[in-house]
Amino acid sequence: MALTIASREVDGVTVLDLSGRVTLGEGSVQLREAIRDLISKGSHKILLNMGEVNYIDSSGLGELVSAYTTAKNQSASVKLLSLTHKVKDVLQLTKLYTVFDVFDDEASAIASYK
Amino acid sequence: MESVSEVEAAADKLASEAGLDEDTRFHVTMAVREAAVNAVLHGNDYDPAKKISATFENNGTSLIITIADEGIGLDPDSLPDPLAPENLMRGTGRGIFLIRSLMDEVHFRQLHPGTELTLIKHLAPASEKS
Repeated sequence: MALTIASREVDGVTVLDLSGRVTLGEGSVQLREAIRDLISKGSHKILLNMGEVNYIDSSGLGELVSAYTTAKNQSASVKLLSLTHKVKDVLQLTKLYTVFDVFDDEASAIASYK
Repeated sequence: MESVSEVEAAADKLASEAGLDEDTRFHVTMAVREAAVNAVLHGNDYDPAKKISATFENNGTSLIITIADEGIGLDPDSLPDPLAPENLMRGTGRGIFLIRSLMDEVHFRQLHPGTELTLIKHLAPASEKS
């Protein structure tokens, strides 16, 4: 299943609800464009809700890293919410779990931006 | 990328038919997908004239998958460590690391031309399965 991205605002935070796969050719480019678009429009608080992302590959990991770095360079921040077991597994293997701010519940994630 | 999806689907079928638990099945399909992506992108450099080939075998004790490309070859020992602090935030360079992490054995063989990866996942003896 390809990636679908829905955007919503919660207390000044842009939440992107991701669903599907973040892989080469199936979602990594979509994710990159969505985040760059948000930052260019002035969104500086971006939360990626990954509760429905059941698969990420090395290309998808690269996009997460790129999103994090792009955001940081623009004084914005990208945080992660509700990692599935599989995605968490891969982030831990690659030590990227320690790089990102990761939250299990949305309220805590939103509060962290204040 | 169609070939990558086909190879991934074949690996998933092999792992499923071997009765692997969901996590191990995910590890096998992910490693195989990474190997196939590497073969198409870095091995064959997206050249449509070059092919990738894959074989899938369950010999009763292990799943053995080979993925070969027709590229210029790969020296696995020359790859930077993606966990090193200076590489951690790089956008690329995690594919081979993931393959090695997710499988029990990974072997590289230089072809003329190309590279062949053999990915092995050992099957637990029936008595050890829950």
